[in-house]
Amino acid sequence: MTSTTEGAESLSVEQLSETTLLRFATAGSVDDGKSTLVGRLLHDSKSVLTDQLEAVERASAGRGQDGPDLALLTDGLRAEREQGITIDVAYRYFATPRRRFILADTPGHVQYTRNMVTGASTAELTVILVDARNGVVEQTRRHAAIAALLRVPHVVLAVNKMDLAGYQEAVFASIAEEFTAYATELGVPEVTAIPISALEGDNVVEPSARMDWYGGPTVLEHLETVPVSHDLAHCHARLPVQYVIRPRSAEHPDYRGYAGQIAAGSFRVGQEVTVLPSGRTSRISGIDLLGQPVDVAWTTQSVTVLLEDDIDLSRGDLIVPSKDAPATTQDVEATVCHVADQPLTVGHRVLLKHGTRTVKAIVKDIPSRLTLDDLSLHPHPGGLAANDIGRVKIRTAEPLPVDAYADSRRTGSFILIDPHDGTTLTAGMVGESFAAPEPVEDRADDDGWDF
Amino acid sequence: MTTVAEARGGGEGTRTPYALSHLDALESEAVHIFREVAGEFENPVVLFSGGKDSIVMLHLALKAFAPAAVPFALLHVDTGHNFPEVLDYRDRAVARHGLRLHVASVQDYIDRGVLKERPDGTRNPLQTLPLTERIAAERFDAVFGGGRRDEEKARAKERVFSLRDEFSQWDPRRQRPELWNLYNGRHAPGEHVRVFPLSNWTELDVWQYIAREGIELPQIYFAHEREVFRRSGMWLTAGEWGGPRDDESVEKRLVRYRTVGDMSCTGAVDSDAVTLEQVITEIAASRLTERGATRADDKLSEAAMEDRKREGYF
Repeated sequence: MTSTTEGAESLSVEQLSETTLLRFATAGSVDDGKSTLVGRLLHDSKSVLTDQLEAVERASAGRGQDGPDLALLTDGLRAEREQGITIDVAYRYFATPRRRFILADTPGHVQYTRNMVTGASTAELTVILVDARNGVVEQTRRHAAIAALLRVPHVVLAVNKMDLAGYQEAVFASIAEEFTAYATELGVPEVTAIPISALEGDNVVEPSARMDWYGGPTVLEHLETVPVSHDLAHCHARLPVQYVIRPRSAEHPDYRGYAGQIAAGSFRVGQEVTVLPSGRTSRISGIDLLGQPVDVAWTTQSVTVLLEDDIDLSRGDLIVPSKDAPATTQDVEATVCHVADQPLTVGHRVLLKHGTRTVKAIVKDIPSRLTLDDLSLHPHPGGLAANDIGRVKIRTAEPLPVDAYADSRRTGSFILIDPHDGTTLTAGMVGESFAAPEPVEDRADDDGWDF
Repeated sequence: MTTVAEARGGGEGTRTPYALSHLDALESEAVHIFREVAGEFENPVVLFSGGKDSIVMLHLALKAFAPAAVPFALLHVDTGHNFPEVLDYRDRAVARHGLRLHVASVQDYIDRGVLKERPDGTRNPLQTLPLTERIAAERFDAVFGGGRRDEEKARAKERVFSLRDEFSQWDPRRQRPELWNLYNGRHAPGEHVRVFPLSNWTELDVWQYIAREGIELPQIYFAHEREVFRRSGMWLTAGEWGGPRDDESVEKRLVRYRTVGDMSCTGAVDSDAVTLEQVITEIAASRLTERGATRADDKLSEAAMEDRKREGYF
């Protein structure tokens, strides 16, 4: 057994507490063997416990299946088990000695786009599965497009069912090449292709003895070693203020701290900062990291920031370095994924939540809808239905300090909310849809797609 | 606690500069959730049972708003079959942090004839009505629960912000998608939102965090001698709630609890773990989930948790 497959039980308390966290998502349909892959990752990392496995075995036998159906580990709702489908994103948790994992397992059939967008929004890595016998198909391109739109930093292409393709290098190489070319065109920064057989266990946790032509990592080895932090020097520092902490106690009569989770970059004591949208400036006099004073804090730490000057600052404001403040705007152009059953239409009055600020807004225009299968554009569709992806132009009642989603996933994203019933309508990403391999001219009054 | 030097010090693949440890990441996420609720709701309350998950929730709330006081009250649904050590812990915590405590009593409902004792003696399912009526009476608009998605398969699909209708019901097919960390707390008058700051924590994370932060727990979480009897494959504590029956014999064993709920359906496990470190080692080696090992209420049916959640349970 290699070190990767050792369960957590062999570790000391100290080792257990020293791991990092990776959030990742899986995309693919049941036919691609996604459930088998997820089941094997959980099972081989010893994250499925005896009583869970027994429950799955009982349920599988009750449905007349021979072996345990590992999909039942994640399909937890009554309707899902009855219909044999996954209807919602399921979150799974497992750990190896090197890392803790949060897996957003997204269903392949129902509400596909909406669920994958949800799973990908917090993921740092997406595993896209293809069947080695079919290669890159329409669905694969759709998965790649969503990973690209959501700017998931790392993409893994798992070429599955290599056992049914004779474990041939040529089969893997041509699929990997085709996919990588497509994903690169969409601006996906990193693709790691891995030949696997989820059923046989090849290259999932253990290296395959049947594909010695492959010298790369197994799926789990890659998940364990992919970097989970970014080069902060190139990030815009952003702190959306959630809450103003004012104890007004005998011990802290004048304490006034601005609490929030650093959305991007880092802040340090002494730094000159600007508060948006007001534009007032001050200097950071202290940073409180949950009870511990620190000189520097960075994303995604929750902190309380103290300022030298007593300025007007409240929930919804954004603290940024004065040297690197975004422009504020009331006109937001974005790519959106519509997630509600009721359609989004031109003229729709909505609430827009960006960071910690929620403002009134109106959908001014829907210039185009995108077909993910072939990336074709449908101009002026009039509205967007559930699971549609399109471009929108929104006018907000108050100016917002938005970043381009390409620069900052947290401060470049927003949701639209129905003001009447509170439904989450739409997931929005500010700016151009896909990262272009080369700079492309901005055609503002055209359809806005840049590839 | 992570410091700059430590975080930068790691040179291995997984210890990348500025990467938070998994406990720091989970703590920061939970604090963010507490502060969102404080910023967006009028009258939130924290469900507090004196169990380890609610104790960790309270600890996180204290850190989220320090040096100010926690801006929420606590709500305990008292089944009348609570472990005395846990009630004692609850009252000391309330006193120490100057909190306000609401108690909804299952016994009151039974005494008034509104609820009927079940034949199996367990009162866990009986908590739903006192809980939901208290939420409505006090007009709580956000209710923090310690539920974790790793606990049970119906919980694996639960949102962090989970909307409940005016009857406190949960409809898993009408949940709002949760994108990035943009939580949507909009609700109509009479509706409320259940909020789960520990959604992404596992049992092991909770114990590691308790150890790291030096959080005090009720003693029943550690190995101790106790008079117990065997029922449905679990060690239950003898007591006025209805055990043991004539055909069940009591014996003294060295046990501890992995979860804390109603005495009638919460089983102890054989254990000699008397320190946090020993408990963590024991859990890391366990081949059973905490609910599978110790909770009769989840053994009622394959969808027992989903059914209770739909009705308005925690």
